[in-house]
Amino acid sequence: MSERGQKLPSDVRVGVYVCHCGVNIAAVVDVRQVAQLARGLPGVVVARDYNYMCSDPGQELIRQDIRDYALNRIVVASCSPHLHEETFRHAAAAGGLNPYLVHMVNIREHVSWVHPDRERATEKACELVRAAVRRVVWHEPLEQARVSIHPDVLVVGGGIAGIHAALTLANAGKRVYLVERQPSIGGHMAMFDKTFPTLDCAACILTPKMSAVQAHPNITLWTLAEVTRVEGYVGNYEVEITRWPRYVREDLCSGCLKCIEACVYKDARFPDEFNLGLSKRKPIYLPFPQAVPQVPVIDPATCIQFKSGKCKKTCVEACGERGAIDLQAVPKVERVRVGSVILATGFQTFDPRRMPEYGYGIYPNVYTSLEVERLVNASGPTGGEIVLRDGRRPQSVGIIHCVGSRDRRHNPWCSRVCCMYSLKLAHLIRERTGAEVFNFYIDMRTPGKGFEEFYQRLLEEGVHFIRGRVAGVSDWALDPSEEGKLVLRVEDTLLGIVRRIPVDMVVLAVGLEPRSDAEELRRLFRVSCSAEGFFLERHPKLAPVSTFAEGVFVAGCCQGPKDIPDTVAQAGAAAAEALALIDRGSIEQEPNTAYVLADHCSACRTCVSLCPYSAISIVGGDGRPHAEINPALCKGCGTCVAACPSGSIRQHLFEDEQIVAEIEGILAGVAGG
Amino acid sequence: MAVTRTLRYQREADPEWTEWLRRQPGCEAFWECLQCGTCSGACPLSIYMDFTPRRVIALVREGFYRDALSCQTIWLCASCYACAVHCPRGIRITDLMYTLKREAIRRKVHPKGLPTPVLAQEFYRMVQRRGRNSEFWLVLRMALKSDPWALVRLARSGWRLLRAGRLSMRTEQIRQADQLRTMFAAAREGR
Amino acid sequence: MALRRYLYYPGCSLRGTGVAYDESLRECFRQLGLELVELEDWNCCGATSYMAIDEGAACVLSARVLALAQQQAPGVDLVAPCSACYLVLRKTEDYISRYPEIRSRVEASLRKAGLPVQIGVQVRHPLEVLWEDVGPEAIRKRVQRHWRGGRVACYYGCQAVRPYGEVDRPIRPTRLDELMEAVNVPVVDYSLRTRCCGGSLTGTIHEVGLRLNYILLKEAVRRGAEAIVTMCPLCQFNLDVFQNEMERQTGEPFDLPVLYFTQVLGWCLGAELEKLGLRHLIAGRDLVERWFVKERPVEAYV
Repeated sequence: MSERGQKLPSDVRVGVYVCHCGVNIAAVVDVRQVAQLARGLPGVVVARDYNYMCSDPGQELIRQDIRDYALNRIVVASCSPHLHEETFRHAAAAGGLNPYLVHMVNIREHVSWVHPDRERATEKACELVRAAVRRVVWHEPLEQARVSIHPDVLVVGGGIAGIHAALTLANAGKRVYLVERQPSIGGHMAMFDKTFPTLDCAACILTPKMSAVQAHPNITLWTLAEVTRVEGYVGNYEVEITRWPRYVREDLCSGCLKCIEACVYKDARFPDEFNLGLSKRKPIYLPFPQAVPQVPVIDPATCIQFKSGKCKKTCVEACGERGAIDLQAVPKVERVRVGSVILATGFQTFDPRRMPEYGYGIYPNVYTSLEVERLVNASGPTGGEIVLRDGRRPQSVGIIHCVGSRDRRHNPWCSRVCCMYSLKLAHLIRERTGAEVFNFYIDMRTPGKGFEEFYQRLLEEGVHFIRGRVAGVSDWALDPSEEGKLVLRVEDTLLGIVRRIPVDMVVLAVGLEPRSDAEELRRLFRVSCSAEGFFLERHPKLAPVSTFAEGVFVAGCCQGPKDIPDTVAQAGAAAAEALALIDRGSIEQEPNTAYVLADHCSACRTCVSLCPYSAISIVGGDGRPHAEINPALCKGCGTCVAACPSGSIRQHLFEDEQIVAEIEGILAGVAGG
Repeated sequence: MAVTRTLRYQREADPEWTEWLRRQPGCEAFWECLQCGTCSGACPLSIYMDFTPRRVIALVREGFYRDALSCQTIWLCASCYACAVHCPRGIRITDLMYTLKREAIRRKVHPKGLPTPVLAQEFYRMVQRRGRNSEFWLVLRMALKSDPWALVRLARSGWRLLRAGRLSMRTEQIRQADQLRTMFAAAREGR
Repeated sequence: MALRRYLYYPGCSLRGTGVAYDESLRECFRQLGLELVELEDWNCCGATSYMAIDEGAACVLSARVLALAQQQAPGVDLVAPCSACYLVLRKTEDYISRYPEIRSRVEASLRKAGLPVQIGVQVRHPLEVLWEDVGPEAIRKRVQRHWRGGRVACYYGCQAVRPYGEVDRPIRPTRLDELMEAVNVPVVDYSLRTRCCGGSLTGTIHEVGLRLNYILLKEAVRRGAEAIVTMCPLCQFNLDVFQNEMERQTGEPFDLPVLYFTQVLGWCLGAELEKLGLRHLIAGRDLVERWFVKERPVEAYV
């Protein structure tokens, strides 16, 4: 085999510790029997079982035994190493042992929680412990490498989550790059009129923060920009950002907006993205009055100059000597080095065209909730007047909850915010039009602070709440009273009766879902996604803003649907995690990295292209070229180890001897040995 | 004034029957029902039913199978599958209704006086014997067995059909009716 | 144009009340160069009734049809024009693949009968064949007669577009409308296009069945349709046969032709009139006469 051969290292003294985990393990596995078996294994000096090994007395047991029995290897049979490997390594280190001479066996998730039969579960636990004892013998002391943390931070996404995270970091004195794809920051929150349940004006609370971002000396804001390439590792990310041209120079523009006025299009005639097509804009426009930066943008898809090259360029003329309009602008690539990243890319709303039963895109008076947010907004397409597309004021409005949500055909999850924003819209519609408002819900979910009270208020306002999911919206009139209306057919499940309810306006409370291009970002930053497509946190309870990529944190709806208070709280948490990382200055890296036996390597380059972390390069030039692995980049995935044709790549903590010994330990039970 | 007492004792519920139902083809998902009522809202016949489809699911889920099997709902179901395609939980409600129909007939608890189960049974017998269904004879047999007065009404549309050349009094029969019978027998024996 | 071949499973209705569908479908396919070979000794699919009595027997019935197709022309698609037949056959395929218990019963019965046990038959509705194998564009190019009738409401019925089927999307399907538009037949936006006609309810719980069809006709009229175009024999039957009775009961006049889509399509493609089964229609005979029969050459149309 390898140069080390299979000779057992001398003077091995193993301690084995079997945890009861209360009844979690002990109820199924006979932990005494497992300890008993361990005592008879070669090299084992002491074996114990204990109620909670992770408790302080449990750890003290290990520390004391190391001193009393001069132990030099430790096996702990308990839960998943994900939970307590750190704990037991620390205990060993406190006892004066190198922490990597500890090995954990998972007899909870892998045994007691999945096997009902006590005898066979105990047998499996014994075999796993035997294998671990054989393996740990081959463990060697390892040292952790340290990498320094670059103090700058990249925040991707300029919605309320990104804004709050960026400001928190910048206020703490850190340099922040804030990258936003749209021409202005503000995100979805900038589109809302009021926020639930307090009904405070979204713009009034958001715009000061937007301006603060703009003015902050520690924040570099790039709008119309996207991350296009990411390299490096925690503490040392190198990120490439492509800035798409705005065609109006931010450094020269004064925000006078004369160019817009001067555009050869006297009337706005192109669908306004910010108002979801409910109003029109010109080819040169400001997305919305409070946009940050307060600089117009030219849309090349609609601008005559870009389409035909034959425009009078009245905008350039209007700008005059300032010369801020730059029709020759080209995309610009920025490269920055940052130590940590906060992903705050938000969500998209469910497209109700996927549910033709609700008639969106078929009947003009069927709206999405986001469109109604714009309609009720004072700076929206109707100046806050709630009017239908034909100019009529609705006398009856139906709000359908859970559109696209809680639906196995579409999004199985609850979008969390729709009940509350539906209540808010119901209130605003009723307040401004006096219309009769019907809410169609499956379950009312109002679990936040002040939410239930808001629901109570709506009940008092005389809004109808009908428990039932609307089966369909149509203009089919069965009765003269339904002529010219949209008719909702629904079972009022509390009455057990099917009802037909004619309304003038239907509002679809569309759910929240991951952005359709979240997958690309996921790949760039090497984070994970849940099955639904939201970015996956490292632990749902205990590491809610960390990801499986170290130094990359998540905030806001890109991690899952949530409301504004939760988003801001999460953004603050992500900023705090990033700050903690920066202030440590450096971090230790797991030494489970791969390494090359240079003498054996033929520099065939197989590993170089396979490495998902670009950690391998060929060095040694004209002398004796061979592969070399940068331990700071290596994540210990083992791909190169398995792929190397000459077997000249090995990996700490996964040495051949360790794995073979472990396998033999398992098989020894089968062979009866 | 007559009053009705509707209290339900838990001993009337039969969870084992519910478990049995869950194992029937097409019935796997009813456990996931949200009771949202989309099925009832989508159903064109729910307005005639004694229990809406949603309530039938609630009944079978709680094990109150006597109500579910003796109700009119299952015999008003025209198998249009609107409920199934609209259900946000992917419950195949139509297939569940079929299972309830079979169980109601097996236990002989279907409502008497409804022609639908009669039609199903007559249809079954005719095809069992001849391999095909002859519309004229089927309708005649059903009417005779359930509501002979309906023949007066049927005669009118029958006359129109006859004039249009759409009423065949021929008995349709497949050549290998015996093969079909062998197949039914083999299927009953199982594997 | 090379003939494309399909196995044809007419089903019981097309032998009786749905004979016009049988005639016009054959003619329509012939016009488009599609050959229909009738499945020999086919049996009833079991429809909705069988499932209500005996699930195993219901699957055996359909399995025999599928196995006959497999035996008589392996690899050839089976066209089932009746929506009930179409759904039942496809549902049986689904059940056989999904439930081992049903599969073993079905296989035992097929083995006993000496029929093929491995079945790989694609069951298709004629609308699906016309849409996918010919396509609306190709059909548009083959139009021979210019439609001079009025606007129609396209009625898909329920079972052909519901689970197990692939004729069109189950909610608010559009292919029949688009096919009609392809041959220049104006359509109305008919929101009840997939609302069930009640199937056999007109025969069992008559007043309920009648009401369902009254709703369908009334809405078609309200939408400005002068005729209804159907794709299922039971839908056509229910909408066509009881118009007199509805008129008597409600006092509202009803005299709408209820056509098979193959009759409209066949006529536009230049089929021989007597082969379209128009004589089997009951309601709206005057309109049918005016639209289809009193033919004059339309020189203006190229």
